[in-house]
Amino acid sequence: MNTRYMLGNEVIAHACLEAEIDFASGYPGTPSSEVIDSLRHQKDRDFYVEWSVNEKVAFENALAAAWTGIRSLVTMKHVGLNVAADPLLTSAYTGVTGGFVILSADDPYAHSSQNEQDSRRYALFAKIPCLDPASIRDAHSMMKAAFTLSEKVGLPVLFRPTTRICHSKSDIEPGDVGTGHRTGEFVRNPQQYVVIPVHTRVLHKTLNEKQAPLAKMLVEGGFNSAEVRGKTAIISGGIAASYVEELIPEGVSFAKIGAYPIDAEWLKAFVDQHETVLVIEELSPVIEESVRMAATTTVVHGKMDGHLALEGELSPAAVAQAMVSAGYVPTKTYPVVEPEAGIPSRPPLLCAGCGHRAVFYAMKRVFKDGIFPSDIGCYTLGIQLGVVDTTICMGASITVGSGIAQSGETRPVVCTIGDSTFLHTGIQGLLNAVYNGANITVVILDNRITAMTGHQPNPNTGVTATGVASPPVSLEAICRSVGATWVETVSSYDLTGLLEALKTAKGRDGVKVIVARQPCVIAARREGIRRKPYVVDPEVCTGCGLCVKFGCPAIEFHDGKALITSLCSGCSVCADICPAGAIHKGGAK
Amino acid sequence: MTESFDVLIVGVGGQGTILASNILGTACLVAGVPVRGAETHGMAQRGGSVETHIRIGGVYGPLISPGTADLIISFDLLEALRYRHFLKPGGTIVTSDSVIVPTSAFTAGAEVPTEAEVMERLADVSCTAIDAAGLAIEAGTILAQNVVMLGAASHVLPLSVEALREAISRSVPPKTVETNIRAFELGREALNP
Repeated sequence: MNTRYMLGNEVIAHACLEAEIDFASGYPGTPSSEVIDSLRHQKDRDFYVEWSVNEKVAFENALAAAWTGIRSLVTMKHVGLNVAADPLLTSAYTGVTGGFVILSADDPYAHSSQNEQDSRRYALFAKIPCLDPASIRDAHSMMKAAFTLSEKVGLPVLFRPTTRICHSKSDIEPGDVGTGHRTGEFVRNPQQYVVIPVHTRVLHKTLNEKQAPLAKMLVEGGFNSAEVRGKTAIISGGIAASYVEELIPEGVSFAKIGAYPIDAEWLKAFVDQHETVLVIEELSPVIEESVRMAATTTVVHGKMDGHLALEGELSPAAVAQAMVSAGYVPTKTYPVVEPEAGIPSRPPLLCAGCGHRAVFYAMKRVFKDGIFPSDIGCYTLGIQLGVVDTTICMGASITVGSGIAQSGETRPVVCTIGDSTFLHTGIQGLLNAVYNGANITVVILDNRITAMTGHQPNPNTGVTATGVASPPVSLEAICRSVGATWVETVSSYDLTGLLEALKTAKGRDGVKVIVARQPCVIAARREGIRRKPYVVDPEVCTGCGLCVKFGCPAIEFHDGKALITSLCSGCSVCADICPAGAIHKGGAK
Repeated sequence: MTESFDVLIVGVGGQGTILASNILGTACLVAGVPVRGAETHGMAQRGGSVETHIRIGGVYGPLISPGTADLIISFDLLEALRYRHFLKPGGTIVTSDSVIVPTSAFTAGAEVPTEAEVMERLADVSCTAIDAAGLAIEAGTILAQNVVMLGAASHVLPLSVEALREAISRSVPPKTVETNIRAFELGREALNP
């Protein structure tokens, strides 16, 4: 027996190997990132895999691969699907010949996200099937089935795990890795692949005609199943179905929705046999809307009549509470307990030695009255340092900055954006700002890698997803090529240089770009870079606390003196901040 | 319905809660017991407060609800206090005896309870604190605090010492097996009921 204790995303990647996947692309985003990371690190890999520069690019690459008849996967997080929404909606019209699976991982409770959107809505919007696993075991079997289903109906299939699938673990016995692969061949067919009006009107009709048989197929395939046990019922889907299975009392019917679209006739037949139905699902009331449409005399409970919250994630306790609220008796009840009050919070932090911290510190010093639009990455944590005023979506710092600057606002605008985010969707914003003559400073926080999601390489890193050397792109050349004439590069550890560059930028008109560069401290450590840590001389330290205010996790303050702990990675910035000159290189490393 | 033994492992991002949970999960495989787990990745990590759920014998969802954990293993005393409401009546806390002061407490000047104050607030539950850092250093590396804690918790876990030892050997880097087994034994001796 080959039972393993595996992360949900590793299981999903393994299922792709079992399905003999030929092509995989994606853009990192929690909680989806470990799928491509597992595939790219696969030993004896005999298929293509790439980290693309954004989700739209990843999607179109993978879609085209599926047009050539091979099995193809694209991965992203839910908000990434917004970026890829343009090709998504039309890919349903063109359809595919090879199996094409779109993995969009949802994040209920926004553990690591800017919103709680529900990818099931996108599948229904695009009129493509959606598979929604309730457990890691479901995810394993469904991911394999997704490719077959896609080939059978000739449509992209949206596979939608949530955080508690992706980042949970289970004992599981994965199957054998497949070795058979296909070679792509594009068969010219303008009626299918050229969506001019005369073609697309026909394609839309064909897509609509696929819907009813598809819904029936999902019931026949066992994705949607129901068992009648009494006059009351619970209908659930996704991870919530696992919580329901733990708590459902005997004599209560259960329907599990693992796929969309839901067959309306099948659902109505189930609902009609019950006096009361409770629908339990995370995020949007997608199942509930279908159940309410199907119900004639049956009483329906769920989010829409207030038995469950419309936001956040569910838990066994929340499911039990909803059951009690709707008049059901769960097999277990949960105590109502309150967390302890008055415990100092412990929010996530920029690492000791993170280059971003010094840049933020310098920005705050030079632009005391500045407005600071920022972006998505580790550096969003700069909010703790008071230099993140806006964050909305990938690439929106420069566009938001130029919008504010063109509004008549007279305070200086300083945008921050990471290298990966700049390459994702930041370039267009810079191009637009230069073209339209915005008066802003753009600081590219260049740490040479996509750090927050787990250190994935990007075109700036010098290596591809599979470890092949690739010429690192010049951010400075890109900025100049879109028209920025003042582009300065500074080491993020060079506080004096940062202050000078920012002061110069402040005194100039137009779009100013500063590339603040220093490899991510975690990635650098993995590469074997070690710097001697710094120490505080307690005889010289005046206890002014300026270094403590810098917010580095390696700096503590005890008995009126600063102290540097073993977390120090030797960036040296605190030594430049200390007005007494009490901090110097020392210790062994 | 099957009952699982629910363990919450809590600590500070970077302390090795995920490795500890992998060891427990692997021990379940060795023992032939089903297991489910849930952990923190991404933005929520980075030196922040982290929690890992492990349901030994679990066959349903991975999440443990407040008020139902059989055991809390905590790598930091402050985190033990933060998550104590997860404990069921009669449950056990096994924790490191020291507090890592949150950086925000230094920058914002917030009050941080002392070790003695935290222990006082945990006095009404079955809670044992051990010198995880000291024992880890004695074993050979400060990094082995997580395994020291597993050793201390092994008296309460429904898994055999053999299964846990085997799981450690399979889960840690090969060069560090000996050190980690030593850390496990030292933790086990430190809490001798």
